[in-house]
Order: sequence, then C-alpha cells, then structure tokens
Amino acid sequence: MFYRDAGQYKTTYQSDMAIFPLRQDRIGILVILALAYVAVPLMASDFILKTIMLPFLALVLAVVGLNILTGYTGLISLGTAGFMGVGAYACYKLTTLFPEVNILVWILVSGFFSAAIGVVFGLPSLRIKGLYLAVATLAAQFFLQWAFVRIPWLYNYNPSGAIEVPLRTVFGVPVTGPTAAIEVKYLIALTFVVVLTWVASNIVHGRIGRSWMAVRDMDIAAQLMGIKLLETKLLAFAVSSFYCGVSGALFVFIYLGGAEAGTEFGIRLSFIILFAVIIGGLGSMIGSFFGAGFIVALPTILKFGLPAIGIAITGAIAEKIVVMVIGALTIFLLIVEPHGLARLWQIAKQKLRVWPFPY
Amino acid sequence: MRAPSPTDIAAGEVILAVENVSLGFGGVKALTDVSFDIRKGEVRAIIGPNGAGKTSMLNCINGFYHPTEGRITFKGKTRPKMRPHEAAAGGIARTFQNVALFKGMSTLDNIMAGRTLKMKRGFFWHVLRYGPAMDEEIAHRRSVEEIIDFLEIQHIRKVPVGKLPYGLQKRVELGRALAMEPDVLLLDEPMAGMNLEEKEDMCRFILDVSNQYGTTIALIEHDMGVVMDLSDRVVVLEYGRKIADGTPDEVKRDQRVIDAYLGVGH
Repeated sequence: MFYRDAGQYKTTYQSDMAIFPLRQDRIGILVILALAYVAVPLMASDFILKTIMLPFLALVLAVVGLNILTGYTGLISLGTAGFMGVGAYACYKLTTLFPEVNILVWILVSGFFSAAIGVVFGLPSLRIKGLYLAVATLAAQFFLQWAFVRIPWLYNYNPSGAIEVPLRTVFGVPVTGPTAAIEVKYLIALTFVVVLTWVASNIVHGRIGRSWMAVRDMDIAAQLMGIKLLETKLLAFAVSSFYCGVSGALFVFIYLGGAEAGTEFGIRLSFIILFAVIIGGLGSMIGSFFGAGFIVALPTILKFGLPAIGIAITGAIAEKIVVMVIGALTIFLLIVEPHGLARLWQIAKQKLRVWPFPY
Repeated sequence: MRAPSPTDIAAGEVILAVENVSLGFGGVKALTDVSFDIRKGEVRAIIGPNGAGKTSMLNCINGFYHPTEGRITFKGKTRPKMRPHEAAAGGIARTFQNVALFKGMSTLDNIMAGRTLKMKRGFFWHVLRYGPAMDEEIAHRRSVEEIIDFLEIQHIRKVPVGKLPYGLQKRVELGRALAMEPDVLLLDEPMAGMNLEEKEDMCRFILDVSNQYGTTIALIEHDMGVVMDLSDRVVVLEYGRKIADGTPDEVKRDQRVIDAYLGVGH
C-alpha cells in the first residue's frame, strides 16, 4: 500500500539507472543508515554489539567480495579465508612496521596486498572452470594457511605464534586494541562496510559489472563483445580479494583483537562464507547482507535465544545444530532457489507493491 | 527494394576476403580451399546442406578458429591469428545459431554489454559511478534506446532475457550485435526455429539494418525463400568446399547446387 511506484516517472536516464530507482527504497536505506549509525550504538547492549554486529560487519565484506567473484563473475573460490588472512597479516605487519600511520589507512591498504595475492591465484581461472577452479583456489587456501604458520616474520616472531592487535588511536580515540570502546569499533567497521558496499554496488552496476556478468553467463559471446576474458576475470579476483582482505583486517583488528596463526583463517571459514553467499543469493548485494546476517545470527540465536524462551540447549549441541541447519539450507536453496534470500526479498517487495490486490 | 543496386555491389570495395581457407580438426576437414569475398554494404548469404562448414566459416572469420591454411583479409589487413576480441574491436559482430545471450541479465544490460568496447572510462570513475563514468553510461544508454526502439522491444527492456520467448531472444541478440556498430555483421541462422510471422519481422529488421546503417551482412540461413529475397550474392558450400558463388538467380540455376540440395539420381 505504501510501497507503490505509481506516479514516480523517470524523466532522465540517470534517474532510471539509479541504484535505488524507487523513492520508498531511498527513504528505506536512509532510515536503515540512521538506525545503524545512531540507534544501534545508543541502544544495543555490548553483548549484541560484540557477538552479532562486529562479526557481521567484518564478515559481510568477505561475503560481498566472494559474491563479486562467484555470484557476479561465476568463478567459484574456496580461498576466501586465505585472502582474508593475507589482509589481516598485511595489516599487522604494516602497523607494527609503521605505527605512526593511521590504522584506518592500513586496514584499507591491506586490501591491496590481498588483491595482489588474489590475482596470482586467479591466473589459472582462464583455463579452468567450475569445480576444477574450486580445487585450484583450495590450493591457495592451504598454501596461505601454511604460510601464516610457517613464516614467523608474519607474526613478528611472537613465541605464541599469534598476532596481538596493538593499541592504535585515531585523533586520540583508541580504535583497536583491548582498551578501545566497542561503540567506536562498531562505528569504524560500519563506515568501512557502508563505503565499500557503495563502491561495490557502483562497480557492478556499470560497464565492469556487466562484463563480469557477461563472462559468467556466456563467455564465448562475451569475447565477441570485445571483453577480454583474462583481464576481466583477474579484475574480479583482484576486487574480490580486496574486499576479503579488508574484511580479514577488520575481523582481527576490530572483532577478534588477536588471532592464532592459521586457526582463524581455515578452510572452515572459507566454506562458511561460500554458504553465506549461496544462502543470501548469488549475484546480489543485498543478498550478501542477508547471508552474512544469517550466518552470524543463527549460532547466537540458538545458543542464547532458545534458552531465553525456555528451551534448554547446551552450547555444544547448538553448534552442531548450526552446522546442520546451514548445510541443509544451502542444499535446499541450491535446488529450490539459487538466488537465495535475496530472491525471496524481491518476491516480497513485488507482493507488497500490489497489496492488497493479488496482481 | 534495396538501396544499392546489384551493379553497385559488383563495383563495391571488398571489405572482407577469404582466400583458400582450409580448416581441419585432426583428420576431419571442415573446410577445404574456400575463397570468396564480401563487399561493402551487401547482404551475403552462405548456404549449404547440414555439415557443409558454414558455421566453421563464420568461426574462422571472427577468430574462434584459426584456419590451418589460407588467409582472411579484413579491411585490407591480414591477421594470421586473430583473437575474437580483436575481431570485435575491428568491427565484426556476430549472432549465434543457438542464442548466446547473457541469460541472467536484462535486455537492456545485454545490449549495453554490446557497447563495452566503446566505453573508455577507467576503473576509478566506475568506483564513483559519477561524473565522466555516469555521462558515458547515459550517452550509451541513449544509443541503446535507439536500437531498442528500432527492434521494437521497448516492453521487455528490464526483463531478464532467460525468461523471454525464443523469437524475442533472437531479436535481442541482433540488438546486442547492432550495439557494437559493426562494419560486418555475421548472422548465424537468424531465423532458425521461428514461425512465419517472426521470420518476416526478422527479414524486415535485417533489410532495415542494411539500408539504414549500411552495415555489411553475412548470413547463414536454411530458408531458401528468405535467402533468395534478402541476399545480393550467395556462396554455396558442400562438404567444406565451395560449389557455387553468385547472385541468387545464378545459384538457383547451378546444377551442382541443385544436386547438393536434391541429391543425384533419384
């Protein structure tokens, strides 16, 4: 009833090509941003911020990154956690080597290190596709994880083999390390997510995004449009890994506060992010948010939500159930709805548009 | 019916020349010593029974296959190992026998993808999607809308092409090729699987393209009525060899063509 596009005429191509062509959507996104920036830090408890919002914000960028590669360009990757690790370790090395530089700059720059590694491991993608590419990227995952453990230079020869996030301040306010306020961390992560999602959505709506989707849907015809396969695929790997790298840096610096070499960025995390992409919806920005939100919120809801309403459940059982639910849901969605939760969202919007009439 | 008369075409400059092209896959010879030329502005048909090597010929022209012998000269330049994207940059566009659209993308995005080569703005501006990148998008959107008007597909602008009926998909594919503003347009069975009405529409579009844009067209088609009406000159292939080349009337009377199509000694 309120969600109608009737009467909203587009008189320029620019307004027709806008990312949110509907007025209601534009208002909606502003409301969400306002809630995220003002209401959440004021009202949410430390517990919610720490167990849901921070991991969600850190992981959502990796999900966006993998969605660019898998959902938009059609290249499956199982190296996501490895590329996240590159971002985290690059950020750690950079900020310990040059502590005077703003940490926020280093978080962003660490994405470029990850992008470079991603391009190297993306090279085989010209020749191999599908499952075989997944195996090739699996090699990246294992190699990078090996490097994180075996190259002590990466964790500054720390005898425990872990990286500990040092205290860094921006304009005198601590943003990383144990003394940083959780609200500050939240706002920093949120800003990274908002800006980088805006950038990603700009890219996929333009020529570059069309080239990626063309390669995904029909690579032979894409070549005939003058799209160079190698460059396009490598660009997708670079952008995707950049997002994974920033995500990894945020994951360790903002969320975890420290990481054991090689345990955080294991194959398990790669799979979880791939499942988040599938559950959220392949080739959809909003789907990435749904997917990441689902993956992060589900364990917390099971662990703490069920006991709160009187169903006794232990943490160990909850963890097993999480794995089962995610696995079952992934298979279910792959068969029934490959466009995931994003597609359900679209259907809901369409229904809302004509409500209360059937069509 | 058509603007340039046959004598114009006969005197016209050769835009693409195929000289003694042979193509083999291991022991199989797809093409043997085929030569013909395509002149600027003409509609050139390539016909022949199934397996005659017509599609292989097109694949050689736009760089999917590299001829094992012979050479192809396009706009006066001979490239021994031309890649598909180089052919595209040179001005060769193509549609496929079994539609090769980008199924997950809308009609608009499919045709916009055809303009990729004409878009120059770099990554930085695309990150912002503002200023020059947006101006460029709008300029190309405008010319894409012209093509959409021309092909009368306004109503399916935002529909994912995977959901369109076959006849419309073929039309969108033609639109995508036209968006490249090619010098030579290769059409691989543009009317395959269509009903009479859709065929007539498609014929009209092909003739309009030829007349309005002056695009040179090479087409493969099995419907002889269409071929004879549309084309200025016809080349006939059989078992990878050229058996006839000339105006539709000449080809129709050629005994070897009649034998190839009707069989001998029945």
